[in-house]
Amino acid sequence: MLGLWQKRRIPLSWLLLSRQHLRLFVALAGISFAGILMFMQLGFRDGLFDASVTVHRLFDADLVLISPRSMSSISMSGFPRRRLIQAMAHKDVVGISPVNWNFLLWRNPETLSTRSILALGFEPGDPLLKDSEFSSKAQALTNRGRVLFDELSRNEFGPVPKWFKKGRIVETEVAGKRVRVVGLVRLGPSFGADGNLLTSRETFLDLMPSTPPGSIEIGLVRLAPGTDSQKVAESLSSSLPRDVKVLTQKAFIEFEKNYWKTSTSIGFIFTLGAAMGFVVGCVIVYQILYSDVSDHLPEYATLMAMGYQIKTLLGVVAREAILLAVMGYVPAYAAGQALYALVRASTKLPVAMDSHRAILVFGLILMMCMGSALLAMRRLVDADPAEIF
Amino acid sequence: MSDKAHLQELRQAVQIERLSHWFGKGDMRRKVLQSISMEIAVGEVVLLTGPSGCGKTTLLTLIGALRTVEEGNLKVLGHELLGSGRKIRQKLRRQIGMIFQGHNLLRCLTAEQNVQMGADLIQGLSYRVRRDQAREWLRAVGLADHMNKFPHDLSGGQKQRVAIARALAARPKILLADEPTAALDSVTGREVVDLLKRLAVEQACSVLMVTHDPRILDVADRLLKMEDGRLLPTIS
Repeated sequence: MLGLWQKRRIPLSWLLLSRQHLRLFVALAGISFAGILMFMQLGFRDGLFDASVTVHRLFDADLVLISPRSMSSISMSGFPRRRLIQAMAHKDVVGISPVNWNFLLWRNPETLSTRSILALGFEPGDPLLKDSEFSSKAQALTNRGRVLFDELSRNEFGPVPKWFKKGRIVETEVAGKRVRVVGLVRLGPSFGADGNLLTSRETFLDLMPSTPPGSIEIGLVRLAPGTDSQKVAESLSSSLPRDVKVLTQKAFIEFEKNYWKTSTSIGFIFTLGAAMGFVVGCVIVYQILYSDVSDHLPEYATLMAMGYQIKTLLGVVAREAILLAVMGYVPAYAAGQALYALVRASTKLPVAMDSHRAILVFGLILMMCMGSALLAMRRLVDADPAEIF
Repeated sequence: MSDKAHLQELRQAVQIERLSHWFGKGDMRRKVLQSISMEIAVGEVVLLTGPSGCGKTTLLTLIGALRTVEEGNLKVLGHELLGSGRKIRQKLRRQIGMIFQGHNLLRCLTAEQNVQMGADLIQGLSYRVRRDQAREWLRAVGLADHMNKFPHDLSGGQKQRVAIARALAARPKILLADEPTAALDSVTGREVVDLLKRLAVEQACSVLMVTHDPRILDVADRLLKMEDGRLLPTIS
C-alpha cells in the first residue's frame, strides 16, 4: 500500500490559482475585504454589548436590586432605600451598598464645554468595586465635593488624568457645582456613558438635589460565601414588595445587554452589516471561480477525455475554494487585529479578537467559498470531452 | 475472466460492426455515420483520411468513449460500448490516449507537469515514480531541455510532442490522434508522426490517426478512406 503522500498527484488547484497572479490577488483582496467587514461588524456588535456592561461587571455584589421601572443604565429609576435594608434581614445576606446612579453634566476643565457623565454615588465606607485598592481611594470621598474620575473616560472630558498625575489640583464643575478630583479609577466608557465618576452619596445629593434622599437606583447585596445566589434572589423577591426587582449579578449584566440587543436596532444593524460582507464575498468568489472554470473549460474537457473523473475535477474546484478561504482569511485576521487595536485606541471600546469570533468568521468565509464553488461547478458539467476534437 | 487474461486473448483492439450515428434533433437530424464496420488489430497503425465533414472525428470520439453509441456494435479493448454507462466509458478512457489537433495542454502547468497529468492516471505508483516516468517520456520525445517550460514558451512542434508524451505516459492500449500535424510545418509534422509511430510500436499500442496530410500516409500499416459517413473499400 502506498501512503497518502506517495499517492498525491500534481496539485492542480494550487497551480491553477497561483499561476494567475492577478486573478488570485483580486480573489484574495475580495475575500479578505469580506472577512474584515465581518470581523468589524461582529466586533462592533459584541464590543457594544460588552461595553454596555463595563461598570456592571466591576461591582462587588452577588445580588443587585433595581426598580422594576428601570429599563437600562441610561434610564435608571429610583426605589426606596428601605428595600435594601429589608433585604439585610435575610440570613444569607452579609452586606449591602446603596448606590445612586445618574447622568450629570461635567465641565471640561480645559475647554469649559459640558458633557454628560455617569455619576455613581455611594457611601465611602461601603464596598463598591471588586478592586482591592479601591477602598483606600474611597476614603478621600468623605469630604464634600470630592470625586474619583475614571481615567478611561473619553478624552472629551478633558485632560483630567494627565493633570492629576502631574500633581496638579483638578477642579471643575459638575451640574453647576464645584468639585475636586481626588483620585483616579479605571472603569471604562460604555455605549451609554462616555465617562464615569464616583462620589459619595452626600455629594451626589448635593449635585442632584432633586433626588429624594431615601431613594437609590441600585442596591448591591453581598451574600455569605458558598450560598446559591439564584435561590436567595428568588426568596428575596418573594418576600420584598413588588416595587423592587432582585437580580443576580449575572442577570443584572444580561438585563443591560438585553436592552441593547432587543430594544435598540444596534444588534440588527451590525448583523446586517456582517451579512452584507458575506454576500459581497460570495459574489466576488463566485465571479472568480466561475470565470476560472469557464476559462479552463477546454482543459477540464481534455482531462475528462484523458480519463479523469468528473468528481476529481469537482474536487479541484472545491480545493481551489478551500485554498482561497485559507489564504483570504489570514490577511483578514491580521487586518482585523490591527483595526480592533485602532478601534480600542480611538473609541476606548472593549473590542477584541476572541477565538469564538475568529472561528465564526473563518467558518463564514469557508461557507462563502464552498457555496460559490458549488455554483461555479455547475459550469463544469458543461465540459463536454466530445467537443474538443 | 480477469482483465489481464481478457487482454491477452484479445487480438482486436477495436471491433466495429454496422455503427451508425446521428447529429441534431427532429427535422435537423442528420446521419453522420452510415453503418460502418472495421477492425483495428492490437499494435496496428491505421490512418483514416477523407474530406472534412465526412464523419472521421465523430468516429474517433465514439471509439474514444467520449460519446454514447446509438446504433451498431462497438467493442473497444473487449468492452461493448453500446448501452454502456458513463462509469465504464470513463474508466475505459484511461486506456485510450488522445492527441488533439490543438495540443490542449494545461496552460498553468509546465511541460513536465502536463506529462505527469497523464502518468498520474496510473494507479499504485508513488508520486516520485510517476514524476520520473514523466521525465523519461519527455526525454523520449526529445524535450529533455524544456521540462520546466510552460506551453506558451514552446513552439508548435514542441507542444505537440509534449501532448504525445502526455498521451503515452498513461500507458494507453489505443492511441487516437486527430490531425496531429495540422498546426505544424511539413518537416516538424513528419518528425512528430515518426516519433508517434516509433513510440506506439514500442508500447504495442494500436494507433488510429485521422489526417489530411498526404505526406505522412506512408507511416500507416493500413489506410482507410471515408466519404459521406461511409468507409470506402480498403486499399492496402
